[in-house]
Amino acid sequence: MQISKKKILFIEDESALQMTFGNMLTKEGYEMIKAMDGKTGLELAKEKHPDLILLDLILPKMDGFGVLKGLKENEETKEIPVIILTNLENTGDVQRALELGAMTYLTKANYTLSEISKKIEKILA
Amino acid sequence: MDSKKICEQLNIKKQCQKYGLTLWQCPQFLFLVMGIIIMVIIVVSYLMAIQRIEDPQIVILMIIVSTLILVIIDYIIVHSFERLAESTRMKMEFIGIVSHQLRSPVTNLKYALEPLMSGELGETQKKQLDYLTVLKQNVDRIQELIDDILVVSRIQTGVLSLKKASFSIVELVEKTIVEVKPLSLASNITINFRKGKNIPNIISDSFWVEQAFRNLVDNAIRYQKGKGIIDILLEKRGQNIYLEVKDSGVGIPKADQKYIFQKFFRAKNVLKSQTSGTGLGLFIVKGVIEKLEGKINFSSEENKGSTFWFKLPIK
Repeated sequence: MQISKKKILFIEDESALQMTFGNMLTKEGYEMIKAMDGKTGLELAKEKHPDLILLDLILPKMDGFGVLKGLKENEETKEIPVIILTNLENTGDVQRALELGAMTYLTKANYTLSEISKKIEKILA
Repeated sequence: MDSKKICEQLNIKKQCQKYGLTLWQCPQFLFLVMGIIIMVIIVVSYLMAIQRIEDPQIVILMIIVSTLILVIIDYIIVHSFERLAESTRMKMEFIGIVSHQLRSPVTNLKYALEPLMSGELGETQKKQLDYLTVLKQNVDRIQELIDDILVVSRIQTGVLSLKKASFSIVELVEKTIVEVKPLSLASNITINFRKGKNIPNIISDSFWVEQAFRNLVDNAIRYQKGKGIIDILLEKRGQNIYLEVKDSGVGIPKADQKYIFQKFFRAKNVLKSQTSGTGLGLFIVKGVIEKLEGKINFSSEENKGSTFWFKLPIK
């Protein structure tokens, strides 16, 4: 019996990060779904029902807060854990994201790829 | 101007916070102080004038003219001061935005280097790894500089956020010492820790207190001349916690001591031996300690060592 891979939706407009994270997470055995803007990310979340969403905050078309709000207002996506992965680190942004329902808030500059990978593994265990 | 804006202008404390200035540097507060001084001058001038000049109309005219001159001078000075403070605030805000924009490409570099160096993308030859290590070290340096500039910008624009809670300062100091031990041992430096009796928990921001203490210990390690000793003292002094870091290092030349807490300043004697370092560490430490309502100072003698200390209120 083939065990289906866990799906991770990565909503990030930086193609360099899409590549590095994509390679890392694929190697770890996850199925990657990529979105380069907030609007597409929200649509893909509703369509593909990922097990986890990695979400940047500064995004074209719809910012991360808008995506988060949209996810939590939808019955089908509201339970999907969301990790905020951003370079914004103002207390106001962190608080706002957590209040909107993000599971955790990671500042890119403060974590290595492997540290983020471990956090993902823990959440999806 | 609507009433909300007028109320905001009248809120001196808020205005000072906006510029990231202390009360005595704040244009609005200075305007108020000068207004009071002018009123006192008017009363004194009137009392003196009526004793010497018989015609009350001349006295009143003299008072009105001198008051007008003083108010105009006051306005010009305070307005120029306000424009200067506003331009500094905008400059720091701009630096903050630019630094933030620089973070993304640096983070991208960091994440791209990680799998290359770990060999995940195929075996890396030693020479290639040497070059990648150089890249990684420099990416880390740029990131450190950007992080420091962002903190400086937040301190100067008054938006550094603090989260105060009760924590054990003893545990914080001991944990930090354990963490810096490998670096101190590698540099042949012994760290001695002495603590006073009955040190209570303090209400402060543990993250920034740790950053400040770590910075002082890092400096004490970095600026040693070969084998050395660092003495750390923690004790309760009145309603404060006193934390001291004393080293036997290169010290700070007397002529440089007055600049030591300034941005980007590095003492002449360390520039010869230590080329790395942003010169922002002590500026940040001072800014943070003062935001936490504490005090920081130091004493130093070239070639003998330095003692840096700070105290923080317990509550």
